Amino acid sequence: MPFKRYVEVGRVALVNYGKEYGRLVVIVDVIDQNRVLVDAPDMVRGQMNLKRLSLTDITVKIEKVPKKSTLIAAMEEADVKNKWENSSWGRKLIVQQKRAALNDFDRFKIMLAKIKKAGVVRQELTKLKKQAA
Amino acid sequence: MGQFRFHQYQVVGRGLPTEKDPHPKIFRMKLWATNEVRAKSKFWYFLRKQKKVKKSNGQILAINEIYEKNPTIIKNYGIWLRYQSRTGYHNMYKEYRDTTLNGGVEQMYTEMASRHRVRAPCIQIIKTATVPDDLCKRENTKQFQGKEIKFPMVFRKIRPPTRKLKTTYKASKPNLFM
Repeated sequence: MPFKRYVEVGRVALVNYGKEYGRLVVIVDVIDQNRVLVDAPDMVRGQMNLKRLSLTDITVKIEKVPKKSTLIAAMEEADVKNKWENSSWGRKLIVQQKRAALNDFDRFKIMLAKIKKAGVVRQELTKLKKQAA
Repeated sequence: MGQFRFHQYQVVGRGLPTEKDPHPKIFRMKLWATNEVRAKSKFWYFLRKQKKVKKSNGQILAINEIYEKNPTIIKNYGIWLRYQSRTGYHNMYKEYRDTTLNGGVEQMYTEMASRHRVRAPCIQIIKTATVPDDLCKRENTKQFQGKEIKFPMVFRKIRPPTRKLKTTYKASKPNLFM
C-alpha cells in the first residue's frame, strides 16, 4: 500500500505522549530521521521526537520555519481547527474528552436519555415486527 | 529544550601576578563540562599543556555558562575532536544537525561511545562551528537539508500515552501502518 501521510513541512500532527499530550502541532522543519521542529499558535517552537507524534491528514501551506504570525495566518487559511473537529478522528477525541469531564448529574442525564432512546427504538422495532408478521 | 548533560562554559584565567610579571597574560577558553567545577579543572588541564602555569600558581578570573542564542532554529554543527582509542590518539571531524550546540555536542559524545567505544573523558573537543548548508561534508546531514524534505513514517509503533497503561499482552495484533 502506498503511503499517504508524510513527515513534511506543514504536516499537522497530534502529540500522543508526554507533557504536550493531545495538542495539535504543525511540523515546521525536519532535524533528522527521528526529530522535527514543531510549532503551534500557543506554544514556543521546539523540537519533538517523531515517536511522540501521530500524523494527520491535514497539511498547512508554509515554508520552512515561518514566523509565528505567518504560521497562524496559514493555519487559518487551511482551516485546521474546523477540519480537525469535523474529521472522524477529531470528533472521537472530542467525545472522549467530554465523557471524561462528566459529573454525576451529567451521567444521570445520559442514563435517562439512553433509556428514552432505547424505548423509542423498541417501539419502532415492534411496529416493524407487526408489519412483517 | 530539556536537560543537557554537557554545558558550555567560558573560563577566563591567568597566572598569579609576581614581581617579575605584575600583569600576566589573561587566557580565555570555551569548553564543555558537566558542571562548573569540572569546567575549571578542564581549564587548567588544557592551559597547563600550552603555557607554563598551573592551578597552584594561577587564578580563575571568571566562569560563565554560555547558552544557545537561537534554540528554535536548526543548524548543522561541525565538531572537530581528538580522542584516545585503544591504540593511540586520533583526530575526527563529525557533523550533527540539531537546534542547540549543547544538543549537538551531546549527540557527539553518545555517538563516539556507541560507534567507537570512546568514553567522555577520552574525548577532547578541538573546535565547534555552525556549518552553512552548502559546506556540509557528510551525506547524513546533507540529506535532511533543502526545502523538499518529505518521508513517510514506515513502522508505526503504537505506544500507550502513559506508562501506567502499558500491558504485557495484547488481545489482537496492533495495526502498524501509519
